[in-house]
Amino acid sequence: MALSKVDYNSINVTAAASKALKWNSSANGFETGDVGGSLVLLDTFTSDGSDDTATFASSIDSTYKEYLFVWTDIHPETNDTDFTVNFRDGSTAYDATKTTTYFSATHSEDGTGGGLSYETAVDLAQATGVQKLSKSGMGNDNDHSCSGLLHLYDPSNTTFVKHFAARNHYSGHDEQSRDEYIAGYCNTTSAIDGVQFKFVSDEIQAGVIKMYGVL
Amino acid sequence: MALTKFNYNSFDVTPVASTTMAFNSGANGLTTMSAGAMTLIKTVTASSDSSITLVNGTDDVVLDSTYPIYKVEMINVHPSSEQKFYVNFRDGGSAYDATKTTTQYRAYHFEGGTGGAVGYQDGLDLAQSTADQMIGQEIATDNDASGSGELWLFNPSSTTFVKHFMAHFSHHYTNAAPGCIDNWTAGYCNTTTAIDGIQFKFASGNIDAGTFKLYGIKDS
Repeated sequence: MALSKVDYNSINVTAAASKALKWNSSANGFETGDVGGSLVLLDTFTSDGSDDTATFASSIDSTYKEYLFVWTDIHPETNDTDFTVNFRDGSTAYDATKTTTYFSATHSEDGTGGGLSYETAVDLAQATGVQKLSKSGMGNDNDHSCSGLLHLYDPSNTTFVKHFAARNHYSGHDEQSRDEYIAGYCNTTSAIDGVQFKFVSDEIQAGVIKMYGVL
Repeated sequence: MALTKFNYNSFDVTPVASTTMAFNSGANGLTTMSAGAMTLIKTVTASSDSSITLVNGTDDVVLDSTYPIYKVEMINVHPSSEQKFYVNFRDGGSAYDATKTTTQYRAYHFEGGTGGAVGYQDGLDLAQSTADQMIGQEIATDNDASGSGELWLFNPSSTTFVKHFMAHFSHHYTNAAPGCIDNWTAGYCNTTTAIDGIQFKFASGNIDAGTFKLYGIKDS
């Protein structure tokens, strides 16, 4: 005998697309609602040990007003290199026009070099090139890496420019802690539908980058 | 007559472990859906505590390879006396003494309108030190004064890389000089031993009040 299963419209609640089925606040009936948590994991890049880029080319659309990228222990092939980001604004190229700021705090293991400074060589003014998330100095010792996060706001908006803000921390080749702050906007009213991370040269040899949608 | 109850496999959807039942994108059938990626692991409410510790395997705290990223929210941390606020990390022993190299700067602005500035804080950073890292300056003891912020800790269980952390903590400055101090601290525990505990405390005195929420951020 065929098993008779409960169909979606047999449940005493009005169906709502992509909503979870929950008990109501009185625990005496069903209701629809969001799945618990406001951070939804959308995609993960895990380095295979020799990646030229880490590219997120899908799932960036109007579903979420904010996207959060979190990278952990990104390890470069080359010493004294720069980790970067760029954005795709309609074509296949990652070349959105950007105006940005960059400043960082530094301090070395020998106690020298403590300071906070703006870096005019790292910011961008209406440039299509990559935005550095780490200023030259990242190390490739086995235990060296960088970790950080990037917020991308309302990428599908076709009225406003697209704001982003990032914070990165790395352990440098000269045994230095560098805490970096990058912000700016893609100066376009076209939607941003892709984000690409890479080093200015050579490979990403380890690390994980996760893309979340923020409800 | 006994009520017949629906079993887990009575619904017209294939069960998937640890997911929620939801309506599909067409609202014309059932599907499974994963919960959000950020999981609240533990909430600790301070009440005249000399320190707040979050230790893997203690009091339901998870701080291991279960999650690659951890975040601690510090909400309305209130001191018993005007003291700096610190964090430290445990790297294998019972002591909170991981070796750290860090940066520290702050922006500040007083209620009288003076002092709007930002600057690096020599002496509040660390260079290969096991000492506690300051993440907040002296917080006023007025009843309505407190500090709030967040701490990110990346991949604490890694035995390959050093352990990066980043903190942002904003607070009400002293009773004598009321204002906002916005502290930004980052660094790394210079060890390839796993970090399995975090401790928050004031230089002296107690954490009279405050909520500390530990989240794990999933990797799948």
